[in-house]
Amino acid sequence: MLLYLVRRALTAVVSVVLASLVVFSALLAIPGDPAEIILGLDASPEARTALRDQLGLNRPAPVRYLTWVAGALRGDLGESIVYQRPVRALIADRLGVSVPLALGAALIAGLIALPLGLLAALRRGTWVDPVVTSVAQLGAAVPSFWLGLLFVLLFAVELGWLPAGGFSPWARDPVASMRSLVLPMLALGLGQAAVMTRMTRSSMIEALAQDYVRTARAKGLPPARVTFGHALRNALVTLVTILGLSLTNVFIGSIVIEQVFALPGLGQLALTAIGTRDLPLVQGEILLYATTIIVLSFLVDASYALLDPRIRYEA
Amino acid sequence: MSTTWRSSSAGRLLRRAGPSFWIGGALIVVVVAAALVSFVWTPYPPNALDFSVQLQGPSWSHPLGTDHFGRDLLSRVLVGARSTLYVGVLAVGLALGLGSTVGLVSGWVGGWVDDAVMRLVDVLYAFPAILMALLLAAVYRPGTFTAMTAIGLATVPIFARIARSSALTLRSAPHVEAGRALGARPREVLLRHVVPGALSPLVIQASLSLSVAVLAEAALSFLGLGTPPDVPSWGNMLREAQGFLAMSPYPALVPGLAIVATVLGWSLLGDGLRDLLDPRLR
Repeated sequence: MLLYLVRRALTAVVSVVLASLVVFSALLAIPGDPAEIILGLDASPEARTALRDQLGLNRPAPVRYLTWVAGALRGDLGESIVYQRPVRALIADRLGVSVPLALGAALIAGLIALPLGLLAALRRGTWVDPVVTSVAQLGAAVPSFWLGLLFVLLFAVELGWLPAGGFSPWARDPVASMRSLVLPMLALGLGQAAVMTRMTRSSMIEALAQDYVRTARAKGLPPARVTFGHALRNALVTLVTILGLSLTNVFIGSIVIEQVFALPGLGQLALTAIGTRDLPLVQGEILLYATTIIVLSFLVDASYALLDPRIRYEA
Repeated sequence: MSTTWRSSSAGRLLRRAGPSFWIGGALIVVVVAAALVSFVWTPYPPNALDFSVQLQGPSWSHPLGTDHFGRDLLSRVLVGARSTLYVGVLAVGLALGLGSTVGLVSGWVGGWVDDAVMRLVDVLYAFPAILMALLLAAVYRPGTFTAMTAIGLATVPIFARIARSSALTLRSAPHVEAGRALGARPREVLLRHVVPGALSPLVIQASLSLSVAVLAEAALSFLGLGTPPDVPSWGNMLREAQGFLAMSPYPALVPGLAIVATVLGWSLLGDGLRDLLDPRLR
């Protein structure tokens, strides 16, 4: 198993290196002089030279790449041009919004989707399955940011139960912070729940169709034990994948949801950075997102090995 | 893999189609019709301002209501169908063309080339459409083209995977081996025997990917990273409606429902096609 984990970890490292190359070389492709684009045409030549120095644009690209990566490994992503602060500090400030938002949404999605998907799979052939499946299919077609707008309309504008947007720091008033995250979490989580329900259902149906399930039934095991001991245990591997995928989805989805609720998270930071052409910040943020996705997929594969002995030995 | 796709007549195939296919197909026909109609007729010019009718509900003169500039929502939602289809179809077309070519060739060639190519393709998984769009928007100014390219590139790996696995299966299929044994050139074998066999899973995935692409296009336009603000698109309409939710729900309801209908249409059509073309994939 160790061999499998090591090999999988190496693959993840290679992926992160490739992803960093993608990010770096994409930004190299900016047409024209970045210093001129950032400062505008009427900037003085001195200011431009200073910025070029700050961005390290006078050095050859491979050197710049290596410097950037070496810094990133130490947790130093350079300095933001607009904020004049380390990119790492800016990102750290925003994690307090984005991380709870993503985790909360994934939790909501899991709590709804796993039981519903299971129920639909077990009640196949009754009215329950088609109802759950249809609602899930419809739900998966609803954009989470539109659901967010509808929630604002209903729960903030009409009923006045929860704030329509904005965020106060956790340290000032944790209850208020939590209240401003409820609607975004729900909007993000419900959309993801719909997608997850369908996947849970089909993986459970597949597990229930296996020979060992038939054998377990034939030898007279109680249905509950067959379902939970045999089928669910084997479906678990797929369910972990689904969960990992959902975390990725809500993490990326939070970029859009933050705009609906005016939340000062990572997504808002990235959009501002793009608007102001703050290249070190854009670079750092996109690398962070891509790395998180790669790490999540590594964790999913690693947990496979723990859950399923077959994968352990194959490697 | 799916000889039914070619051997049975289209008519016989359609008779077997289930409700998913028909409902999904009908929704897509409506959206395509809306986009086409908008080229020749809309009740009002989609960008015509009329400050005497701001934020109105549905009426005889404005069947779906008006937005904060008094622009007719029906006209705008009709024109908006164009960007949705345009970006979605081009993005998925890009992914289908690029992804399936890379996947087919990679799986066909095999060996270390296959390993290396697929490793590179997999890196794209780390850049979902929204993230790719952020990257492209930082390089080039955000717009329809960057949104389309971003959605397309993010969709490449799934088509590459599907095409590759078809190529791997078909490489050792009897009729393909026979073709090779008879001395057909590799190019010919690929185009005549492998591509048709790989077609139905790719067509099914194209429909499913279109539903994802429509969602992504709407999200990007909502963020201001897609269709430019002067062109009506459903995402743009939602972006503008956000500030006026308290005054009128219609500017947010109308484009949102249009998105839901289109996404549902493509995903139902994809499911229907899957039941029809490849029952084993169910």
